[in-house]
Amino acid sequence: MEGNMNLSLKVWRQSNKDTAGGFENYNLDSVSPDMSFLEMFDVLNEKLVVEGKEPIAFDHDCREGICGSCAMYINGRPHGPLKGVTTCQLHMRSFNDGDTIVVEPWRAKAFPVLKDLVVDRDAFDRIMSSGGFISVNTGNAQDANSLPVPKEAADDAFSAAACIACGACVAACKNASAMLFVSAKISQLALLPQGQAERSIRAEKMVAQMDAEGFGACTNTGACSAECPKEISMSNIARMNREYIGAKFSSTAV
Amino acid sequence: MSWFSQTLTSSIGKKLLMALTGLFLITFLVIHAGINAMIFYNDGGETFTHWGHFMGTNPIIRTLEIGLVAGFLIHIIDGLLLWKTNNDARPVNYAVNNPSANSTWYSRSMGLLGTLLLIFLVIHTAHFWIPNRSNQFATGEELNLYQMMLDLFKNIWVVLIYVAGCFSLYWHLLHGFASAFQTLGWNHVKYNRFVSLIGVTYSIVIPLLFALMPISIYFGWVQ
Repeated sequence: MEGNMNLSLKVWRQSNKDTAGGFENYNLDSVSPDMSFLEMFDVLNEKLVVEGKEPIAFDHDCREGICGSCAMYINGRPHGPLKGVTTCQLHMRSFNDGDTIVVEPWRAKAFPVLKDLVVDRDAFDRIMSSGGFISVNTGNAQDANSLPVPKEAADDAFSAAACIACGACVAACKNASAMLFVSAKISQLALLPQGQAERSIRAEKMVAQMDAEGFGACTNTGACSAECPKEISMSNIARMNREYIGAKFSSTAV
Repeated sequence: MSWFSQTLTSSIGKKLLMALTGLFLITFLVIHAGINAMIFYNDGGETFTHWGHFMGTNPIIRTLEIGLVAGFLIHIIDGLLLWKTNNDARPVNYAVNNPSANSTWYSRSMGLLGTLLLIFLVIHTAHFWIPNRSNQFATGEELNLYQMMLDLFKNIWVVLIYVAGCFSLYWHLLHGFASAFQTLGWNHVKYNRFVSLIGVTYSIVIPLLFALMPISIYFGWVQ
């Protein structure tokens, strides 16, 4: 079809956690500019299956930008060249005919590569289970008006809660730091009345788990926020620092 | 580990130490630049030597100097520890990376700029502070720092090293000043622009003032 593109792809292939990987080159003809980046990978995988080759493993689920699965480091940037989108929301019209596109997995000690472009992001789950929750008794929900929430606090909490834990912040950061993720998760609860009971212990435990997982520290370059598909603000990292330092110097919970 | 050392060795604690010592060193640079700028009176070093004598002999200042050395050491050692932690967090690098799309090169190069500044610091203290204090300990007399400056900055290579040191300082401060406030949790829509304005102004004025000293002496503007 007219307007379709011929592309060269350089994709990271690795059979499992313990073997060394390397780049493989693929040529893909007649790519529609209306395809999403993941659909382009589907076409490539179908071609590989027909040729009797192993298809490329990559994480994907919702394909509408809300699950955070589609981790791909495209031409040197997480989720490719666009701002505020995930890989599934990136379309081939962002590329030109004849382009060479390099696709790598997230690179971080805390995110080991499982296969090809799939990395193990359980480190995020372990940080969440260390304190990213509130403890509430079961039973009837209480009357909403008994917990007044200022509009500004609700908005800030909602902006922080938009984090989909995709790991682009870690991937973009020169230190592979998870501070934007952890700070968003600490903030969304620290800003709301329901989060107050475990506020100190949460900050202390989540930061301790983040360090134990082997993520780096923050240099405030702002790369995380610039590459975040949900555009989470760096002000959350400042809030996390206040929460953590405040908790460490005043709370006796941990 | 006590809660205190646990806090200071955590990722945020290490950053807290960097921010606090960084801001402390920033205040030191104001005093250092201010007193050295006395050479611009161009009075044969009289005003400069008067204040240099005060800074070099006043017991309160000399006691505070121990804190200054500690501040430098903590900032340097903690910086190296952070560099190690951050380097270890990504054992395999990207084959293709485009970080200039999301951050400034100097914000990503604080370790490199800091290392250049450390090298400069060794050269600079070997020129003035170490010989002067050694002489004070040995004989009780101060050296003529003004004359030492005039002699040293006749050499174009020394002048160039000092100017290069000032450039490193400029980029280090350009990121470090505002970054310290962010680390301390001071991120607020009412103050962010103010902090960044002061930070940029400071990062230009202080290194420029320092750079003008060897340049002015080399060209004979200050005699």
